[in-house]
Amino acid sequence: MALTDTSLGHIRPPVTDAELAYNARALEKDRRRENIQLLRLALPALAIVIILMVAPIGWLFSLSFVSEGGGLSLENYSRILTEGAYISIFVTTFKVAVLVTVFCVLLGYPVSYVLAMLPDRWAQLLLLAVLVPFWTSLLVRTYAWLVLLQRRGIVNETLDALGLIERPLALVNNMTGVVIGMVHIMLPFLIMPLYASMKSIDGNFMRAAANLGSSPGHAFRHVFLPLSMPGLIAGTMMVFVMCLGFYITPSLLGGGKVQMIAQRIEQSVSLFPTWGPASALAVVLLVLTAGFLALSWLIVRRLTANQ
Amino acid sequence: MSRSAPSALPVFISSLSKHYGAFCAVDTVSVDIAAGEFLTLLGPSGSGKTTLLMMLAGFARPSSGSVRLGDQEVVHLPPHKRNIGMVFQNYALFPHMSVGENIAYPLKLRGVGRMECGERVGKVLDLVQLGGYQDRRITQLSGGQRQRIALARAIVFEPRILLMDEPLSALDKQLRETMQIEIRRLHDRLGMTTISVTHDQREALTMSDRVAVFSRGRLAQVAAPKDLYERPVSRFIADFIGESSFLPVQKVSGGLAYGGQLLHLADAADADLPEPMLMLRPERLDVVYAGQAARDENTNMFNGTVRSVVFQGESLLFEVGLDQGDVVQVRQSNRSQCTENLPSKGERVDLLLNRFDTRIVRGEG
Repeated sequence: MALTDTSLGHIRPPVTDAELAYNARALEKDRRRENIQLLRLALPALAIVIILMVAPIGWLFSLSFVSEGGGLSLENYSRILTEGAYISIFVTTFKVAVLVTVFCVLLGYPVSYVLAMLPDRWAQLLLLAVLVPFWTSLLVRTYAWLVLLQRRGIVNETLDALGLIERPLALVNNMTGVVIGMVHIMLPFLIMPLYASMKSIDGNFMRAAANLGSSPGHAFRHVFLPLSMPGLIAGTMMVFVMCLGFYITPSLLGGGKVQMIAQRIEQSVSLFPTWGPASALAVVLLVLTAGFLALSWLIVRRLTANQ
Repeated sequence: MSRSAPSALPVFISSLSKHYGAFCAVDTVSVDIAAGEFLTLLGPSGSGKTTLLMMLAGFARPSSGSVRLGDQEVVHLPPHKRNIGMVFQNYALFPHMSVGENIAYPLKLRGVGRMECGERVGKVLDLVQLGGYQDRRITQLSGGQRQRIALARAIVFEPRILLMDEPLSALDKQLRETMQIEIRRLHDRLGMTTISVTHDQREALTMSDRVAVFSRGRLAQVAAPKDLYERPVSRFIADFIGESSFLPVQKVSGGLAYGGQLLHLADAADADLPEPMLMLRPERLDVVYAGQAARDENTNMFNGTVRSVVFQGESLLFEVGLDQGDVVQVRQSNRSQCTENLPSKGERVDLLLNRFDTRIVRGEG
């Protein structure tokens, strides 16, 4: 029951139904005006997204259905699915992406863990060390690896001088070189989200585990690792998806022997008179990437829903 | 004093210290806790009580000293080998496990079989009145329920000692009071040696057998709640436990005097304390209209004027300015026959204090 207190009685000025109705209308008008203003504020951003993202992708999508002869067909897609060369490019792309991601996790997890455990001041300093290479040009870093890894590069010369190898190792112009270079470039993308998620794990969880009888190793496996999972998956997916579309590093460090999708797209454009085959490849890459992102989003959501 | 369980252990803390550089968080603290006793460490923030608890649990390394559980020295033991239960301030319930998995965690580590594990989890959930909650997620629980689950997880493996770090600070006032009674009831039933940390004096008084009050890393007083309230050793304790006003008193031949008037003391020996102060508990004073009460040797009387009266529900709080210039708080319980003719703001009054409530405390500290 609604409680009404009108104890001030005769001092209280009466409110008519007409006044109440007027107020209701005015309030509704204010609400609508506010919504329109918010929409106006969002308009420039919306326009940029439509002009620079939706329209070009739509155009690309339509081009992918244009055959060499200029007619409308599914020729470009059927070629991707049936020609052996394309299949092997997809296999290589996934192989590189999986290898790079695995090495990134193996290297990045311990680094993130150390960063998360260090006092803030030290962690920020080391985080800077992770990020500084990030600010230098991708091209410069890739060429630097070329210098380091070539037959008579610093790595081979050092190993030789130490008497560890008899012949120079083939570290570049092959899969090894591509993976080394890409792991280096991708590592920050794994470390950043992982570090953020580890940082948010309350230290009392590990204390509680120890208090209940867990040795440090057991506590790590059963408490810390599962709690860092959302960050690990986010970082892993980020690296994996970025690897799928990588171009510069594999083409420079692969020496033409490691062909990934992005390289093939570039070749298609220069090889064929029309943009159809290249567009179809780009669309397939986009769909695959979106699929993986959706999958990772679902997994992270399921994991965090429990927390 | 409660009955102690057969597995309960006494705790002996001897000359325990913790330094952080030049800062001394805990300064040579020695205290013995009997088997089955409920001891609360009470003090303002930064007084060293939490550091002491962390050293007992093994999360902070003492600079020097000894901690014995029964006859076992534990100072060198890592936390996971101490077999001490602990309730954390924010509960630290594992969010990726269900309620049942959380409680079974210490049991699995101790090699308890599947069947027995389930049985014991069920039993301890019944004990904290959350029977059937095994499959709930931690996020589905309210603050009070999380508190109970944290308690259940800390006691399910029958640790010899239970530690609690501000266990009720995250709860609202009403729930806190219910849980105080409930934790005390549980303690009486299980008889586990329990050491709790709080900054809430009411919580300390309600739950504990004894309270250890900390001030700047040192023990200021260790006593049963009633003794702590009635016979605080210093102004610091009297100020920290309950409300009080303090009046400066002068040493005269034959005892102590306030405003030239000799005081009738509960304990004549109090007159010899250094820097003596008269401690006035607001609820021990009676306020009457000036000139209405007769003087006798069992009552001390102070004259003043009412500065304000605040209605607080169960009681009325008076602020009375004494003629000597000091301000005293007086609490009168709200019973209709009394409150009807109580003085109001600006009126002249006498304050009456029974001689047995006339306590002197040491001024410093």
